Amino acid sequence: MAALDDTQVKEGVDQETVDAVREVGGAYKYGWETDIEMEYAPKGLTEDIVRLISEKNNEPEWMTEWRLQAYQRWLQKKEPDWAMLDYPKVDFQEQYYYARPKSMTEKPKSLDEVDPKLLETYEKLGIPLKEQMILAGVEGAEEAPAEGRKVAVDAVFDSVSVGTTFQKELEKAGVIFCSISEAIEKHPELVKKYLGSVVPVSDNFYATLNSAVFSDGSFVYVPPGVRCPMELSTYFRINAENTGQFERTLIIADKGSYVSYLEGCTAPQRDESQLHAAVVEIVVEEDAEVKYSTVQNWFPGNEDGTGGIYNFVTKRADCRGDRAKVMWTQVETGSAVTWKYPSCILRGNESQGEFYSIAITNNHQQADTGTKMVHLGKNTKSRIVSKGISAGVAQNTYRGLVSMHPKAKNSRNYTQCDSLLIGDKCGAHTVPYIEVKNNSSRVEHEATTSKVDDDQMFYCRQRGMDEEEAVALVVNGFCKDVLQALPMEFAMEAQQLVAISLEGSVG
Amino acid sequence: MALPQAKQDATEARLSTVSLPQGAAWLTQLREAAIARVREMGLPTARDEYWKFTRPDTLVQAEVPEAALFDEGEAPIFDGVDRLKVVFVDGVFDAEASDDLSLEGLSIERLSDVAQADIHWAKDLYGSMEARGQDPVHRPLAALNTALAEDGVVIHVTGKVSKPVNLIYHHKSTRSDALLHHVVKLDAGADLTVLENGPAAARFNNVMEVDVADGAAFNHVRTQGRDHERRAATHVFARVGEESAFKTFTLTANGVLTRNECVVEMVGDNGVAHIAGACVGDGDFHHDDTVFVTHDAQNCESRQVFKKVLRNGAKGIFQGKILVKPDAQKTDGYQISQSLLLDGDSEFNAKPELEIYADDVACSHGSTSGAIDEDALYYLRARGVPKAIATDMLTLSFLAEAVEEIEDEALRDEINARLEGWLERRRG
Repeated sequence: MAALDDTQVKEGVDQETVDAVREVGGAYKYGWETDIEMEYAPKGLTEDIVRLISEKNNEPEWMTEWRLQAYQRWLQKKEPDWAMLDYPKVDFQEQYYYARPKSMTEKPKSLDEVDPKLLETYEKLGIPLKEQMILAGVEGAEEAPAEGRKVAVDAVFDSVSVGTTFQKELEKAGVIFCSISEAIEKHPELVKKYLGSVVPVSDNFYATLNSAVFSDGSFVYVPPGVRCPMELSTYFRINAENTGQFERTLIIADKGSYVSYLEGCTAPQRDESQLHAAVVEIVVEEDAEVKYSTVQNWFPGNEDGTGGIYNFVTKRADCRGDRAKVMWTQVETGSAVTWKYPSCILRGNESQGEFYSIAITNNHQQADTGTKMVHLGKNTKSRIVSKGISAGVAQNTYRGLVSMHPKAKNSRNYTQCDSLLIGDKCGAHTVPYIEVKNNSSRVEHEATTSKVDDDQMFYCRQRGMDEEEAVALVVNGFCKDVLQALPMEFAMEAQQLVAISLEGSVG
Repeated sequence: MALPQAKQDATEARLSTVSLPQGAAWLTQLREAAIARVREMGLPTARDEYWKFTRPDTLVQAEVPEAALFDEGEAPIFDGVDRLKVVFVDGVFDAEASDDLSLEGLSIERLSDVAQADIHWAKDLYGSMEARGQDPVHRPLAALNTALAEDGVVIHVTGKVSKPVNLIYHHKSTRSDALLHHVVKLDAGADLTVLENGPAAARFNNVMEVDVADGAAFNHVRTQGRDHERRAATHVFARVGEESAFKTFTLTANGVLTRNECVVEMVGDNGVAHIAGACVGDGDFHHDDTVFVTHDAQNCESRQVFKKVLRNGAKGIFQGKILVKPDAQKTDGYQISQSLLLDGDSEFNAKPELEIYADDVACSHGSTSGAIDEDALYYLRARGVPKAIATDMLTLSFLAEAVEEIEDEALRDEINARLEGWLERRRG
């Protein structure tokens, strides 16, 4: 963190913010690795590897075919180069596409049978795979009512799911929460119906690659009218060297249901960059609501920019029914390279999409992230709040699309994206696309700190604050609001981030 | 990077239909360099990122789409302004209709005359800002213009000029294809206003390169002719020196296709650049403003203010960028793009970008799109203002922020009168 210590910070930037960024981007705490015997598929990607992955997962023929078709499509696809990212080309034949601990060859029937080494790994990460009430180490969790604070965890280690907690209790409520490989086996009708229906196989280069080689991930189905009794979470851990992780998550919230889903990720500290290309698909039916929160903390590379995860992720939610609601919250602090645009297709009338993001890049990190809000239905609403913070020699880009289709009458979008530069060697960029095809909709994009609520300003001014103080207070309060959108389980990270204000920020 | 084969083939096919104009060796060299740039970049296609919202084919193709002549019977704009008139008809200089080109504080020459001179100061400027403006975003139509334009004005300003120079573009042939290339060089402390108006041709490709030296000021007010079917691709390239000012405003009413690009580079400290535009479109109207401001010096101010009023299926595009280089500290950058959609068929697309590498800057941008404010309309109607007039009043007030960017009151009044006339005629 020497880079940040020496940095001259311009006037107006809150020292607390600088300290918080330093803390978050400080020595990577999850950089250790688990010494465990692994089983690899041969290096490189061919049709045989795709078949092998399918075979290892005991998949039916239709799934193998689906993968092979994706592989054929991938061969014809070109790697995207439009993002403001600069990194050495990935050699896709120099990667392992499948790695699993030897002890997982026979799938354990219950958590008691799982290799203790693996359980230890998650214990050390603060994610004990025991069916306990709360996650360890979360401040304030003790006071929370025990009933509401249970978290079911699906733990993914390299290419396989190690185990899923609370399955029985969830089953009672009718909720299916398991690894995607298990879902293919046990609920093929649901997987067949929904897999690839939100992110089509040939959606983009990385999604197509994922479709061909995804090894594991989580599957959630919440039946009609059910409020999922606890928060669901997946913890992704990359451990093996030169191995890409390609997880696939599919969440289906049937009519009138509700689920909150959390995702966390870490990886060991290595000199070689590693690939992570995930796909997350969310289907939200009528009156259903999904909250999806991520704290992305992959290894960001060291201070000189060596190593780190290349994070190429496709996340999309399809609000199919009327009044469906989806909320993405992300805190992006890790990865050497981030290419990620969690999106909402607002198809149902009166459906709602929200996107809250804090992206922190430090040292040599690069992030090109944002969202897409595609308004198709009438009276749809979306809100985008993005805070980008750049330090060291990092580059941080917000890239987003807001599209109002002709039939999306009376729709509304509000976008605010602020960036903060700490030091004069980093960069902050904004690339929004706005497409409006009807006049009853209103789209507002802004990126200024001065445009705060007049009433709040008036209130503060009346109590004797000068304008600057009042703006700082209101903006600070606003930023905290975003962080409070995060579920309790991310409170640890959030508590650090709450200190971040965006005084002195630019567009 | 090699071009995709299809693009290369299309470019070569188009270039095979043109030949470079005759001229002195220095100019031929610059034109050949420009053609080489076109070959390297390829002509624009709908697949290019910067042509995402505007189809370039009719601007690129060899054949010029027909554009009927149009006369609304309105008195020519700027008639009330004391000015020096330089008239072009379908892209060719008309000496008879033009004023005597001598004026204190500047020299004006025709590009076609300059082209015959073995030695000329324009050698260091012609095409140079266009060439610089090709990075990081390609503007091949401007390079094509540098290579092929035969006419235009070459202006050297040495002091304060008493009246504006007015470039007037008449359109008389329904299939004319006009290319004009202007070069304006302002010496330190010089001051000039350039006015442009008229439809120019069925298809118009116009480039203006402006070099504003330290302490100089350049003002530019333009209206793009009313012909419904005309097409235009224009580029203004400017280099702004220390303590100098560059201000440009464009009014566009009608026109089936207009692409206005403005590329400004702030190279001296304490410079100012204001780029503004107002457009009103009804029906078959496509208007694209593409602006790129680079801050490469300290303590400069740039403003981009664009307002679009669209109805009956008209389309408005804004692509704007503020690039702040690492040493351009204390930059003050502002960008606003707004559209007022008067009905459900119209469309507005915007891409307001920021790219910032310096930490002590204040850059902001905003973009909004929506219908007329119902509350404001109700307020006016409650006070007895008929709906149509109330709508027009609110439309004018919406456009006001852009029009206010024009400093000269007489010119501002001319523009406002045009806007009022345009709205009134549509009110019937």
